[in-house]
Amino acid sequence: MDASRAADNLIEISGLRFSRGSRLIFDGLELAIPRGSITAIMGPSGTGKTTLLRMFTGQLKPDAGSVQVAGQEVARLSRPDLYALRRRMGMLFQNSALLTDFSVFENVAFPVRENTRLHERLLRNVVLTKLHSVGLRGAADLMPSELSGGMARRVAMARAMVLDPELLLYDEPFSGLDPISLGVVLRLIRLNNDALGLTSIVVSHDVAEIAHIADHCFVISEGKVIASGRPDELANSESELVRQFMTGAADGPVPFHYPAPDYRQQLLGTY
Amino acid sequence: MALIRQLQDSLLAALRKLGAVVLFLGEILAQCPAAFARPALISAQIHNAGVLSLVIIMTSAFFVGMVIGLQGYDSLARLRQEDILGAGVALTLIKELGPVVTALLFAGRAGTSLASEIGLMRATDQLAAMEVMAIDPIRRIVAPRFVGGAISVPLLTAVFNAIGILGAWFIGVYVMGVDGGAFWSQMQEYVDPADIGEGVSKSIVFGIAASLIAVYEGYNCAPTAEGVGMATTRTVVTTSIAVLILDYMITAFLI
Repeated sequence: MDASRAADNLIEISGLRFSRGSRLIFDGLELAIPRGSITAIMGPSGTGKTTLLRMFTGQLKPDAGSVQVAGQEVARLSRPDLYALRRRMGMLFQNSALLTDFSVFENVAFPVRENTRLHERLLRNVVLTKLHSVGLRGAADLMPSELSGGMARRVAMARAMVLDPELLLYDEPFSGLDPISLGVVLRLIRLNNDALGLTSIVVSHDVAEIAHIADHCFVISEGKVIASGRPDELANSESELVRQFMTGAADGPVPFHYPAPDYRQQLLGTY
Repeated sequence: MALIRQLQDSLLAALRKLGAVVLFLGEILAQCPAAFARPALISAQIHNAGVLSLVIIMTSAFFVGMVIGLQGYDSLARLRQEDILGAGVALTLIKELGPVVTALLFAGRAGTSLASEIGLMRATDQLAAMEVMAIDPIRRIVAPRFVGGAISVPLLTAVFNAIGILGAWFIGVYVMGVDGGAFWSQMQEYVDPADIGEGVSKSIVFGIAASLIAVYEGYNCAPTAEGVGMATTRTVVTTSIAVLILDYMITAFLI
């Protein structure tokens, strides 16, 4: 890989191997994510999509191979350097992960208060601006328990953006949302990415939704990238597995049935 | 044979856990200076763990004191030694019952709340979210709770002792008719600063142990509803056993 291409990629992964117990999750995974784009990482449940995000943030370390974010080898960073890198990232968790004892305003203010010494008045402006950008300035005084799932997701988004990161990671941002909230979140991901010049990585298996906004998709299965390209390219892929995934067919290379002994024998009790 | 193997395994597991807890203590202590730099966080935790435990501590102390007053009076009356009731009650409470019962009550009231609070934060990804926000959860969440708890237990023990002695005074002097002057003067005569030192050192050790076990169990719990429940249960069980073992060790060392 030449130097100019490397500089265009915010994340580069090569030869990534990782296992949990005896289960191999990544087996020589390779991928590169260019700056300024929205990249979707898709794959059947349990393929380690969330695990991959945790490699980017340094919460998990690979068994072998390299995970580079902004030119830095994440697993080899010292604690202060890792925390400095994390300040350049934002992450939206699947369950929003809002701090339940703090109001919406304090949740968004939290990373700013902990990481900077911003004057209270400036802090208030920053937080209200971010809340306004997700349409929830009016909800600043509510508690997380008073929010709907879609609102909580948007608050978490404002919190992930509040330190103006370069990289935003979205872990299943659409799961459990009604169509209106889903549309709002989709629009915000695109809008944030373009308006703030971010690099966004969306982990999702909502194929139809993600195809609207992603510039590039990776499909991961059995520890490797099995397909990559623009969403429309993937829909016409030659791989049966990719097509099954993109069209949501119940049976195919990924079988409907979990491996089991013979059905007839098991019911007759002879197994 | 299988029994010996099982015993060996559980002993090894217990030792491994002890090692993990000690390492965790090291991590917390490394973050304590940062925690002390933000006294507001610690005072909030002293309020949560200490002030909110006052009702249960004071109520229990009064009844424990009254029981010791009654039993003590009954025993001493047989020897016609009722006058030393005050000294007996004070020594029992200050050296032994105060620190132990306070630590056990603290585990039930504040330890469980610490463990379940941190455990729930773990289960709902709040701790992971902090890590990603470049905020160390040990510094921001665990250390202030540990320090707050460790400060609260000796203070609660002092309150327990004072109320317990009042309970015994109420029964001994007011109900049973022991001479009030004798009650207090004998206490002054027989309770040495060394006795108080023994009680205080016990309460400090118990406070550290009870708070450490609670934050350790919460921080390391399985991120499920069942995991949080089990962490809460383990907090009470482990703290109770640890306090009683430590109590024996300190007593044996000091006597």
